[in-house]
Amino acid sequence: MNHLLLAPLLIPLAAGALLLIAERTSLRLRRSVSLIALAILLDVSLQLVALAGQGEIQVYLVGDWPAPFGIVLVLDRLAALLVALTSVLALATMAYALQGGDRDGPLFHALFQFQLLGLNGAFLTGDLFNLFVFFEILLIASYGLLLHGGGRQRTRAGLHYVVLNLIGSSLFLIAIGILYAVTGTLNMADLGRVLATLDPADAALAEAGALLLLGVFALKAAVLPLHFWLPHAYGHAAAPVAALFAIMTKVGVYAIVRVFGLFGHGDGPLAGVAGPWLAGAALATMAAGTVGAMASRDLRQKVAYLVMVSVGTLLIAVGLDSTAGLTGALFYLVHTTLVTGALFLLADLIAHGRPRAALISSDDERPAGSGPLAVLFFIAAIAVVGMPPLSGLIGKLLILDAARTTPWAPWIWTTVLLSGLLILVSMTRAGSDLFWRGGVSESCKAPAPRRLVPALLLLAASPALVIFGGPMSEFARATAVQTRDTAGYIEAVLGEAPASARIPREVP
Amino acid sequence: MELLLAIAIGVLVAGGLYLVLRAQTFSVVLGLVLLSYATNLFLFASGGLARNRPALIAAGPPYTDPLPQALVLTAIVIGFAMTAFVVVLALRARAELGSEHVDETGATLDDESPDDADKEEDR
Repeated sequence: MNHLLLAPLLIPLAAGALLLIAERTSLRLRRSVSLIALAILLDVSLQLVALAGQGEIQVYLVGDWPAPFGIVLVLDRLAALLVALTSVLALATMAYALQGGDRDGPLFHALFQFQLLGLNGAFLTGDLFNLFVFFEILLIASYGLLLHGGGRQRTRAGLHYVVLNLIGSSLFLIAIGILYAVTGTLNMADLGRVLATLDPADAALAEAGALLLLGVFALKAAVLPLHFWLPHAYGHAAAPVAALFAIMTKVGVYAIVRVFGLFGHGDGPLAGVAGPWLAGAALATMAAGTVGAMASRDLRQKVAYLVMVSVGTLLIAVGLDSTAGLTGALFYLVHTTLVTGALFLLADLIAHGRPRAALISSDDERPAGSGPLAVLFFIAAIAVVGMPPLSGLIGKLLILDAARTTPWAPWIWTTVLLSGLLILVSMTRAGSDLFWRGGVSESCKAPAPRRLVPALLLLAASPALVIFGGPMSEFARATAVQTRDTAGYIEAVLGEAPASARIPREVP
Repeated sequence: MELLLAIAIGVLVAGGLYLVLRAQTFSVVLGLVLLSYATNLFLFASGGLARNRPALIAAGPPYTDPLPQALVLTAIVIGFAMTAFVVVLALRARAELGSEHVDETGATLDDESPDDADKEEDR
């Protein structure tokens, strides 16, 4: 057992608790605690990537209870990749928040750390109920963060977000109850093993539980009929918060990949239960997100819809249920998380000094010295659309290539390419309205170049993903192979556990 | 007993859903509370219903599954915290938006965003 697996949970937990106690101390102190914790977290998560990169799945038994009974943390390549992605995004958004956004509320830093605790926990846990608990932690922190800075728009968006997610939590618990009643276990590896040899008489009940779970994860990921909360919540959140939330929808995608991958273990009765729903919903999500992005007149809202498009793209690739599809999804996931995070920061910078904030209109004068900002927006737009030479292209190519031989190919190719074209048009229009047409206002100045650094760092990931495209796609492929090897996952977690390791149930 | 519990859960869910679909924040909060009660009962039932049996395996053969009870306990704690939060949020929405309607935009809300941005800049 490697105790390092616990570190991504303990560091934000300790820092968050400390920041709660230190609520009334100087801002300087709180900022240093927060930054130090994030730096250590980044270091630890890179070590975890190296550890997982050796190819062996690491399992941490909390309290040393044997696997199906106690809580387990599981570190494979997928978990390590997402934990590292989270800490990179968190560090950049925190760097942006330190420019003044964190002054708006006393508990920003503490909530930020608890948000990271929930995210890391959700990625690392190997237990379904534990996944629920970490979802709740990340949600309650996100409720607080969403309201950060106050304002009526945020309160209203926050109310919708909270109510929807509370209903989602109830459904999650009901799904857990059904699955526990059918299988007698909540350890994800054990669930996979039991479901593979499920009595056909119980299959319908298990399927109901699994599909309820899919609904809950789809709500988190903002898949089509369950997406209405996203544009408002993301569009009105403070910029660093919205940028951090870029990873939140990916938690839903991750949960679908992990949980439904294990449900399909050994071609049991639940194999492929999510497939027919995912493909159609993903295409529809992408289409709706594209239309929304084109229709938005507010830049922040436009970026929020782009998050939805990226979720659609990811789920299309996941729905292919193949190693090649998952490879493309993982590559695209890293790209889209960092680039949409950068776009949220840029949208906030662009809004500064404009008479109507982030409203896209050529009637408004742009602040003097908007040049560097325009260049960054141009690069981000190219990356998010998926034009050469940036990383969006490679991600989309991998996904399109994986879809080529499937029956869904014509639909997927048409939707992905058309959506790319329409977003290109929409981003071009936004860029020319914001930076080209309209006059220059001499009275207000664009943000100083040093304020662009966090967004620049996030954007730098896009060319980096192209330059190191070989190793990166190789890592994504190895991750996809390992994630789809459910037998290896189950063996790593359960080891030689006896097959009948559950409480015999007595029917009264 | 199963039938009684099933009916109780069903009534709670029906009431909860009806209230959640109302447009007033207070009803929505009450609906969420009812839904979480129903969920807790449902979780409790997922281990099978048994009377007069300890949730301790060491005590001997007649025992009941202890795990759902632990799950319910956790769910109650989390549900309580979430309810407290949503009550505070609903109060704040009532104060800021001047109405209990869940879709209340506030009279001057549409003009608010530029002011918001200015405010942020001043800080």
